[in-house]
Amino acid sequence: MHEAWRYFLLFFGASIVANILLIRFIALCPFFGVSNSLETSLGMSISVIFVMVMATSVSWLAWNYALEPLGVGQFLYIPTFILVIASLVQFVEMVIKKTSPPLYRAMGIYLPLITTNCAVLAAATESVKPGFFTKLNIAYNYGFLESVVYTLGVAVGFSLVLIIFSAMRERIDLAPVPKFFRGVPIAFIAAALFSLAFMGFAGMFGL
Amino acid sequence: MDWSLIWKAAIALAGFGALLGAVLAVASKRFYVEVDPRVEEVLNALPGSNCGACGLPGCEAAAEAVVRGDAPLTICRAGGPDVASEVGKVMGVEVGTLVPMVAHIHCRGGATLSPIRAVYQGVNSCRAAETAGGGGKACPFGCLCLEDCAKVCPVNAITIDEDCIRRVNVKKCTGCGLCADVCPRDLIEIVPASAAVFVRCKCQYTGKKALSVCKVACIGCRKCEKVCPADAIHVDNGFATIDYDKCTDCGECAMACPTDSIQVWVADEGHPEGGEFMLPEKKYRKGPDKEGAEA
Repeated sequence: MHEAWRYFLLFFGASIVANILLIRFIALCPFFGVSNSLETSLGMSISVIFVMVMATSVSWLAWNYALEPLGVGQFLYIPTFILVIASLVQFVEMVIKKTSPPLYRAMGIYLPLITTNCAVLAAATESVKPGFFTKLNIAYNYGFLESVVYTLGVAVGFSLVLIIFSAMRERIDLAPVPKFFRGVPIAFIAAALFSLAFMGFAGMFGL
Repeated sequence: MDWSLIWKAAIALAGFGALLGAVLAVASKRFYVEVDPRVEEVLNALPGSNCGACGLPGCEAAAEAVVRGDAPLTICRAGGPDVASEVGKVMGVEVGTLVPMVAHIHCRGGATLSPIRAVYQGVNSCRAAETAGGGGKACPFGCLCLEDCAKVCPVNAITIDEDCIRRVNVKKCTGCGLCADVCPRDLIEIVPASAAVFVRCKCQYTGKKALSVCKVACIGCRKCEKVCPADAIHVDNGFATIDYDKCTDCGECAMACPTDSIQVWVADEGHPEGGEFMLPEKKYRKGPDKEGAEA
């Protein structure tokens, strides 16, 4: 298979076919928490893309150059990744605050939230253990570039769904919804239908 | 059991912890950002509810703007004079006295007083209804009752009941003016909290035409103009408007008004909404009142 095509499939599969929010149901808390308005979900999306790609790069390095050579990766990956990701986000926050105040104002409030975001940890885990959350036992290890492309796909899929869903919720707020369904209940129903729609992608390219 | 795994795991985690801790320690020194200590103090003086009435994203942004000199000390509309003087203390400036303000809705016509000419079915918002043919009420200048002002109010001071009677709870209202910005018919005015006499109509129709769309409309008869001793009330565009800089709260206009569109606000600390509208005894009209004294 052509190299570029393979990367495209990896990206497409991670972002759309196995969408982290609607198909794998990971990171549903920010999905309902910040999807109230388009503006906050845009800020959150940019921060998630940024943090996820960096977190995966660092945890891939930690796994391949520290945990695996020591033979402790199989049971130590969660604490190590949490440690690495949390410190990394803290570090990046400090750097951004110092070097680029406008960028800090745009993403600053979301960065500490993402520190413990499960989607970030899931992407990091899957980039070293492909298929972990879909219960597929794939005996294959991503290379560094592959894991970055894969994570970018996960993050873009997250952002895409979050932004579409927040636009939907803004419109639902104006619609004449029955009293008992107003607010979060109708959002749950909308999310379920949205998820069903995304199931239509299942099976594409055998992913 | 393989004991080596345990010390390997311990070494790995301890190593990571020490390394990352050291990096963060160095970074916190190297990338330390000097923050003006006054920002913190101003922030403590602000209410901290992040209501957004000042137009900035939250109290922290407002505090930064005040310290930079981009915003006045009185930026916090919700906090009122107390907060402004607190902020002034931090910044070392005296603040002049601020008159507390409240919102007033210049429309009294509920669903029974102003007949319904159509049933509006659409996006549940006054601004949408205004663009889509002006909603369902007969009066084209009156309140649309779709609660845009109540939804935007950060302190939930505005309530609208089933009969479309609007009430502003002056105990809660901070005079921030968000509702006045959002009303598509410009019915809400921010008035001094001490104001007592209100023209509760902005109907531009006059005479019989005004009464045909609402029973309590201002018909533009100018009786109030004639009886006002302070030259504070004037009829313009078909409805009366009070200039609160001149108004002495004497209530003569309310006594003269033939359609009861001018009412007197009786402040009452014990009342859950801080007072209520009353009609004074009609001085210039013979016979009993057509309507009761309720709002």
